[in-house]
Amino acid sequence: MGHKTALHAQHHALGAKLVDFSGWEMPLHYGSQVEEHNKVRQSAGMFDVSHMTIVDVSGAQARSYLRHLLANDVATLKQKGKALYSAMLNEKGGVIDDLIVYLMTEPDTSGEWYRVVVNCGTREKDLRWMADQAVRFDVALTEQPELAMIAIQGPKARQRVEQAVSESRARMISELKPFVGQESEGWFIARTGYTGEDGLEIMLPEDEAADFWQQLLDAGVAPCGLGARDTLRLEAGMNLYGSDMDEEISPLEAGMGWTLALEPADRQFVGREAVEALKAKGVERKLVGLVLTERGVLRAHQKVVVDGLGEGEITSGSFSPTLGYSIALARVPAATGTSAEVEMRGKRVPVQVVRPPFVRHGEKVFS
Amino acid sequence: MSNVPNELKYVASHEWIRDEGNGIVTIGITDHAQDLLGDVVFVELPEVGAEVSAGDDTGVVESVKAASDVYAPLSGEVVAINEALEDAPETVNSDPYGDGWFFQLKLSDTSELDDLLDADGYAAHCEAES
Repeated sequence: MGHKTALHAQHHALGAKLVDFSGWEMPLHYGSQVEEHNKVRQSAGMFDVSHMTIVDVSGAQARSYLRHLLANDVATLKQKGKALYSAMLNEKGGVIDDLIVYLMTEPDTSGEWYRVVVNCGTREKDLRWMADQAVRFDVALTEQPELAMIAIQGPKARQRVEQAVSESRARMISELKPFVGQESEGWFIARTGYTGEDGLEIMLPEDEAADFWQQLLDAGVAPCGLGARDTLRLEAGMNLYGSDMDEEISPLEAGMGWTLALEPADRQFVGREAVEALKAKGVERKLVGLVLTERGVLRAHQKVVVDGLGEGEITSGSFSPTLGYSIALARVPAATGTSAEVEMRGKRVPVQVVRPPFVRHGEKVFS
Repeated sequence: MSNVPNELKYVASHEWIRDEGNGIVTIGITDHAQDLLGDVVFVELPEVGAEVSAGDDTGVVESVKAASDVYAPLSGEVVAINEALEDAPETVNSDPYGDGWFFQLKLSDTSELDDLLDADGYAAHCEAES
């Protein structure tokens, strides 16, 4: 029997189709994945993401530790609550996981601490790696399994949440800047997400989650499952760990070059040498977007053929409900231009090669 | 449990068959099949006039989740296709036994109808598969 989140009974009551997701029984959809997707693009949807792993990093050397552990640099966080997206690399420069880290206190203050959110599917190896890397540092790693997490996303998400929470939380949310989180009456409320829309991710005590979920339903927020979460993140050009990158893949080959903080040059983070060596040599592959405007759906692991350059592979593919045709992320030869072919069901089909994202704030953004 | 109407016939590959009389049958995919597929986004159908044999793959139904072949449950000539699915493939999810039908065949051998599963047989087949 899989792990259940604090909202399991709510999902069941809403008629969710529950599936196993890395050992957790999670909603795939509550009827129609496409309708849930559209709700998020057009108004507001909510996702139970309580399965994700939250680890608090505290101690006198919390910052030095994270500057060693992560390929992006937490020293760039100058404001309480500010979030940073980063890869956690191994010595070979492969991606152990991707994560979000929040600075939870004012910077450079005693008692400075951080909150890290990593993927559920990689929880055990992440915790082991983080603990191994912590040996040389004066830090404490504290997992927070008793926190539930609800992501409310969409152009109307913040407005609807403001209707569902206390006055002081509503005021805080109305003033919250993008990519910043703040604590409010025991909840951590961040303006972050995984959909390409405005929205919030809220971490709160498990025993308050069911009531809050109901208040969100009453405020008109549509429950959405992991199916919609995947098509939303794909349209937004956001990577999925295990599909678009893994321990054998460099962030330079996964569209994550922007997350590598190579300056200052004297910061020695894990994987730095490997990343710099690959950068100097030049990458052979890159992650691109594919677009198929005719009938058919691009799927993960389909072969991509680039005339004169060789082959690649689709890492994530699906139908884009917003665009009405199929899109994909694919790893292809680095010199790939604007066209390629995909082998689909025994046929080669021409596709357009674009730079992700595909959709932001409800609109097509590639050309 | 999914809906398995008594008045229809079925095959193990999850198509349903309605006998319209005069050797004409209407074919679609079952409620169970659409539920497994999830949101249908494209349906590729055979051409009117095509001759098909029982077991031939005659089309593809693509959902957000997966692509699945559509098999001809019986032999005959395709006499009609549901062109409305081109613009509204989601009808396969919302009304699999009604407006979500796929195509009609004029049977070349009506005795093939005797080989089909009835509702109980199909329900038992789904049960065994799950």
